[in-house]
Amino acid sequence: MVKVEFLGPIGKAPMEMEAATLADVSTQLKKDTSLIQWLDKCAVALNDTMVNDLTTELKDGDRVSILPPVCGG
Amino acid sequence: MELYNGPLDTKEIFGRWLDEQAESNYGAYIPFVGTIRAEDDIEALSFDIYEPVLQKWFDEWQKKAAALGAVVKMAHSIGDVPVHTSSYVSAVFSPKRRVALELIDEFVEDFKANAPIWKYDVKNGERIYAADRSTPMNGAGLLQ
Repeated sequence: MVKVEFLGPIGKAPMEMEAATLADVSTQLKKDTSLIQWLDKCAVALNDTMVNDLTTELKDGDRVSILPPVCGG
Repeated sequence: MELYNGPLDTKEIFGRWLDEQAESNYGAYIPFVGTIRAEDDIEALSFDIYEPVLQKWFDEWQKKAAALGAVVKMAHSIGDVPVHTSSYVSAVFSPKRRVALELIDEFVEDFKANAPIWKYDVKNGERIYAADRSTPMNGAGLLQ
């Protein structure tokens, strides 16, 4: 199982799911209508490191963070 | 990197950073202060921060600055920051001015684009995500 957490304004409780790669996470998140407005704008971190490849492999206990558009300062 | 609940004590932070580097032989110290402007009837801005990714982002900038013989510093607020107070300060120290002038520009712009911080307007005590002023981070849209 991997844990998917939604940061900042997304305001959604974390989810747990079976996923071998980030592409599997994508497939499952796209089924969630509450995320439709977010996924095209969000970046992704795996265990707190930013990632940019859908083929990234996941292992049990991994934590995937979904980061919406930012505005610090 | 320093994070505080509520507005920053900018004079204390800048004074302390200056004292810390007093003997470091840097010829240039360039501070930047971000102050909350009164506009659109807001009472305050409010901030969420994801510290683990912010720390990594900042660590990379420290390495980049060190390669140029410089030091970058920053402090940011968490939670509500009233208008006319400050939520963000940063600074660069470098041996000569040109490196510091260029680095503060790059550092602040990359901060705006890629630091994992979310901004909300506070109106009538309610937090409203500043969606129209926010920027997707590098790599956004991976899961769409």
